[in-house]
Amino acid sequence: MILILAKILIPFLIIFNIIPFLIWLERKGAAYIQDRRGPNRAAIFGIIRLGGMIHSLADVLKLVMKEDILPARVNRFFYYLAPFTAMTVACVTFAVIPFGAPVPWNGRQITLQAADLNAGILYILAIASLGVFGIMLAGWSSNNKYSLLGGLRSSAQMISYEVVLSLAVISVLMMAGSLELSKIVENQSSYVWKWNCLRQPVACLLFMVAMFAETNRLPFDLPEGESEIVAGYHLEYSSMKFALFFMAEYANMIIASAVLVSLFFGGWQVPFLSTEILRSHAGEVLQFVVIGAVVLHVLGGLGLLARGRNNVKTKKWGDRRDYEPIVLGVAALGAALVLWGVLFFYWPFSLGEKASVIVTAALQVGVYLAKILFFCWVFIWVRWTLPRFRYDQLMRLGWKYMLPLSLVNIMVTGWILLNVE
Amino acid sequence: MELTVFYIFGGLAVATALGVVAFKNPISSAFSLVVSFFAVSALYAMLSAHFLAVIQILVYAGAIMVLFIFVIMLLNLQGEELEEKGFPAYFKVAAALFLAVFLGGLIFVFKNFQGIFPKANETFGTVKSVGALLFTRYFVPFELTSVLLLVAIVGGVVLAKREL
Amino acid sequence: MATLQHYLVLSALLFTIGIAGLVIRRNVLIIFMSVELLLNAANLVFVAFARYRLNLDGHVAAFFVIAVAAAEAAIGLAIVIAVFRNRGTVKVDELDWMKN
Repeated sequence: MILILAKILIPFLIIFNIIPFLIWLERKGAAYIQDRRGPNRAAIFGIIRLGGMIHSLADVLKLVMKEDILPARVNRFFYYLAPFTAMTVACVTFAVIPFGAPVPWNGRQITLQAADLNAGILYILAIASLGVFGIMLAGWSSNNKYSLLGGLRSSAQMISYEVVLSLAVISVLMMAGSLELSKIVENQSSYVWKWNCLRQPVACLLFMVAMFAETNRLPFDLPEGESEIVAGYHLEYSSMKFALFFMAEYANMIIASAVLVSLFFGGWQVPFLSTEILRSHAGEVLQFVVIGAVVLHVLGGLGLLARGRNNVKTKKWGDRRDYEPIVLGVAALGAALVLWGVLFFYWPFSLGEKASVIVTAALQVGVYLAKILFFCWVFIWVRWTLPRFRYDQLMRLGWKYMLPLSLVNIMVTGWILLNVE
Repeated sequence: MELTVFYIFGGLAVATALGVVAFKNPISSAFSLVVSFFAVSALYAMLSAHFLAVIQILVYAGAIMVLFIFVIMLLNLQGEELEEKGFPAYFKVAAALFLAVFLGGLIFVFKNFQGIFPKANETFGTVKSVGALLFTRYFVPFELTSVLLLVAIVGGVVLAKREL
Repeated sequence: MATLQHYLVLSALLFTIGIAGLVIRRNVLIIFMSVELLLNAANLVFVAFARYRLNLDGHVAAFFVIAVAAAEAAIGLAIVIAVFRNRGTVKVDELDWMKN
């Protein structure tokens, strides 16, 4: 019982903690791509700026404390329901995503996913279909021509690209032979040449493009395009409801990356280190990781201290902000000291059964999260690089080019599977 | 325990079905129907029909109802009132008779029939087993359904054109 | 334990409500939705009996019902849109040009 609750809560908490990080990443990334600095002023006690991450906190506070406007003549029930639907749909998908290999603990296998459904991929596609509802409700209940247009266009775009999504996934399913996500991830063993991105490159590309369209991110951004339709379906929302839409968009991005990584990039598989190797050599792996962490923290700490000394000497800003790298550098060196202490007292690491299993699981979850964050960065990168599609170009691309391509891909995959095996 | 879950989802299905019939606003009816489909999908999951439960959400709640709500929004339908004239007398008599027959049928079914479900093994209702059946015994209906869907697509496009 | 008759009674209730909606409402879209309710009730009976007899043919039948319902909904809604464009109304009381 506690296990089920933990398995439900932990992915939920993971999403909610990655979202502020993604907001920061988006704004800083957008800024550096556009050759400017991005937010770097919000600070705690005047010292801690963390390169702009505190700005996310300020953003959250602002959104919570804004005035909650209820436009006249809206259908209140649906107006309130729409952001909740959008957020719920984004969070529910995480139930079937496997975070690591099944952990043998006290004789039972604990799967690191909340529900190992028999029809795992179908569940994800079904929930993706439900994502359309939140947007349609928002567009319609706002009692506003432009919101309605934005909502209708967005729904049409999403349902068109759902077809491409499903067809791109089918070729992966044919190779894995099962719909369960855990089996698909295990089918792509840890050797990088067996990952589905290299075995099915066309399907990978189609899936990525379709995921961009599903999450309404640029270049498929027309429904919420800021310059054309003034934010489209979430125009009439303010304060916390807008914050929910905002978070739902990032949660959708995280989900899209998570599913993409599970299906095509090996999920939780550490490249070239399969689960058995990891479990039998957990001690060496842990040593390696801790030594790497110590080195990183020492170098980072020394670099930060040097920069802080530079700041103070040249009086870069002239107030307390000069001392920030010193504070962070001291913290980094302190962490390095602690880690080195751990290394010193526990050398050589010879871990028992349970400890090696835990270390393996932690490493796999860590690798998975790193891959998810990398693909979220790709989402952000593409957003600030490509221009927006026009609506008819978008629909033409989805129906006339991507759909036949995915069908051809399925046929070729089927032919190869039948004749080459 | 299972009976409680059945009553919860069954009650939800019936309540939202009544909502479909009773709401004046067509959008409220449509969303009631979506919730009803969710409840029925939960009932399928209780009956070990895992594949069908997900297909119900994917097709019914996720595609057909989206289409319905699209059309309602496109046509910008407002709410309507139910019959203003009220129901004529024969209507009420027929409804009462029907209810009596229905209740009689209910009592009969519950008294003379014990339908305990047998134990199902793990592969009952999984995607693999339904798929095996679809591709062996019911292969011809499967292919004919694909032709039917093609006809539906072409017909939909033709019927909804502004000028033929 | 929920037995077969529980599911059958529930399905009968849903079917009744569907027929009531079909008869009472004048808006053609709501009539359509009631038809979907009817199909759902029938599907529930199929799946319940499939579970009772441990025979997967019921699941296959329900699958085909769902597929056909999807096709029917698409065509029906296209017809509704065409009618609305031509006559401006979706109330079945007012669609009576073939009368007399």
